[in-house]
Amino acid sequence: MRKLLYILQKEFTQVFRDKAMLPIIFIIPIVQLLVLSYTATFEIKQVRLVVVDHDRTPESRDLVAKFSGSSFYKITNQVVEYAAAAELLKKGKADQFIIIEPKFASHLVTDRKANVQLITDAINGSAASLMSAYATAIIGEYNREIVVAITPLAGQSLPIRVEPSYWYNPELNYITYMVPGILVLLVTIIGLFLGSMNLVKEKEIGTIEQINVTPIKKYQFIAGKLIPFWVIANIDLAIGLLLAYFVFKIPVIGSVWLLFGVASIYLVAILSIGLVISTLTNTMQQAMFISWFFLVVFILMSGLFTPIESMPHWAQIIDYANPVAYFIKINRMIMLKGSGWPDIQNEVVILAGYAALLFTFSIWRYRKTV
Amino acid sequence: METPSAFIRIENVQKHFAEVEALKNVSINISQGELFGFIGPDGAGKTALFRILTSLILPDSGSASIGPLDVVKDYKKIRKSIGYMPGRFSLYADLTVEENLQFYARIFKTSVEENYKLIKDIYGQIEPFKKRRAGDLSGGMKQKLALSCALIHNPKVLVLDEPTTGVDAVSRMEFWELLKKMQQMGITILVSTPYMDEATLCDRIALMDHGNILSVETPVNIAKSFKGNLLSVKTNQMYGLLSDLEQFPHAEQVFRFGEFIHITFQSENTPEIIENLTSYLNSKGHKEILISSVEPVIEDCFLALMDQPEKA
Repeated sequence: MRKLLYILQKEFTQVFRDKAMLPIIFIIPIVQLLVLSYTATFEIKQVRLVVVDHDRTPESRDLVAKFSGSSFYKITNQVVEYAAAAELLKKGKADQFIIIEPKFASHLVTDRKANVQLITDAINGSAASLMSAYATAIIGEYNREIVVAITPLAGQSLPIRVEPSYWYNPELNYITYMVPGILVLLVTIIGLFLGSMNLVKEKEIGTIEQINVTPIKKYQFIAGKLIPFWVIANIDLAIGLLLAYFVFKIPVIGSVWLLFGVASIYLVAILSIGLVISTLTNTMQQAMFISWFFLVVFILMSGLFTPIESMPHWAQIIDYANPVAYFIKINRMIMLKGSGWPDIQNEVVILAGYAALLFTFSIWRYRKTV
Repeated sequence: METPSAFIRIENVQKHFAEVEALKNVSINISQGELFGFIGPDGAGKTALFRILTSLILPDSGSASIGPLDVVKDYKKIRKSIGYMPGRFSLYADLTVEENLQFYARIFKTSVEENYKLIKDIYGQIEPFKKRRAGDLSGGMKQKLALSCALIHNPKVLVLDEPTTGVDAVSRMEFWELLKKMQQMGITILVSTPYMDEATLCDRIALMDHGNILSVETPVNIAKSFKGNLLSVKTNQMYGLLSDLEQFPHAEQVFRFGEFIHITFQSENTPEIIENLTSYLNSKGHKEILISSVEPVIEDCFLALMDQPEKA
């Protein structure tokens, strides 16, 4: 037991002596959390809109005013021709353009029906559908007002009124949704990368040769390698939670202890994956590359950016083996919903099962190879 | 071979890595307190043998023991009773001299203070730099630190894999003086080196090549065992000299030796041979011919031994 303490002392000395390590461990996660939380959003704040108004009546100007009044839109150009608008879209200087037909106002009054054309740059499909939905909503609102203005009684006759109420994230704030996920990302990077790299480093530099002729037992050596990053990742999580509270005003609604308990189990799984990677590789470069591969797959399939429910069925099945997906789900539940043990026990049990399985496998692999 | 005083016994050890046979049926007995050298070029199998003795790898067949301890069965006890210095500097470059030494002392359940007397001569030289990181030390100082760390747990046997490779001549001599002191303290020392001149400093040496032990003898006896006489030859046309010498009727063995070529022959009449050789080389068009009779050194024995299987 004392031997393990000496090994830990040595590991921590090395970690904190490395001038490049301190920023990696403490500054990069903070920057990631602050930057990513703001940037990883699907909200589109400023759609650059080009207006082609062939009508030029108070009615058509009202419609345009609806767009310019919206915080989502910025009217960048008013042009007179379709071709000019198309050119702007092609050059990437606009995201969307709206064409108001000639005699828009008179059609509205006489035919009770008028046309506008909406053209959206759809290179980014999800952004395009969002922009299209925004525009449709604005035009819909204009529609209702026109109907009310023309036939005053119509407004009261709508049979169903929808009163939306958004729970857990009442302002539909994307940051609230992203922060718990990004916290998981940080913890994962520390656990997976630093864990596997640190072990491979001993192999690559050759220091393991000297260690192997000492009476240090393998479990002591492995524990000495993994415990520091288990601790550091938990510290990073704590820093992240403080930032979430003070910077983003996102408190942990559920139990903080439960959160750290789950994180500790999760980290065993992640560090074990790192350990397996370190047995498969001989240099830090190789370990880095394989860790990166796993990280990207885990993260992109984790539901951090895109909902798991919208993935194809086979991907959802693969996700049953993705520890990141479990922890992101649990973290969102605890932080935002205040879920307690009964709500998350299934996920935690599965995660713990994975952790136990991966840990056993990694030790077995390690014994065989090193 | 079986002697009652054998402390380290290596019996019929074989080891192969993939296609390469690193050790082919190696057997050696080494007495307690000996300073035993393994001499041979890269790839001779020295490191493989050391790694088996230090329990880092398992032999394919055969057995090895240190005292009563078998290197396979009793590997835990073996690790406590040997000090190993790998060929590559294997201490933590980012820890200081003092921290490295302390770490290795502690994991062997001892302390620097407790065994200070063992390492005083060596560690004393680098102690002024104890706050310096091991990675910033010079080559010679790194070796001294590595030796200190290998000694700190008071091992009975020291296994040193090419400790002087890449170290300057002065540090090399110092290092060997330190080894002599270790030996006087009763430690059995196994050391490998590619430098033939260091072989004479050992009590006994084993010449190794391609996984075989060519000879185990004291340095003096190895030199004595050299059969025949030796001439050292140099001319203005070194290119072609080797094949010309091989065709010289009296030549037994011909091999490069630094900037010279050494040639062995059995005749006792050296001046006559020199005369014959001079006229022979003249007839082959060589000029500035330098021929001298030399005493065989270990390298000659080694090169001659290495040459034999090919000729046979």
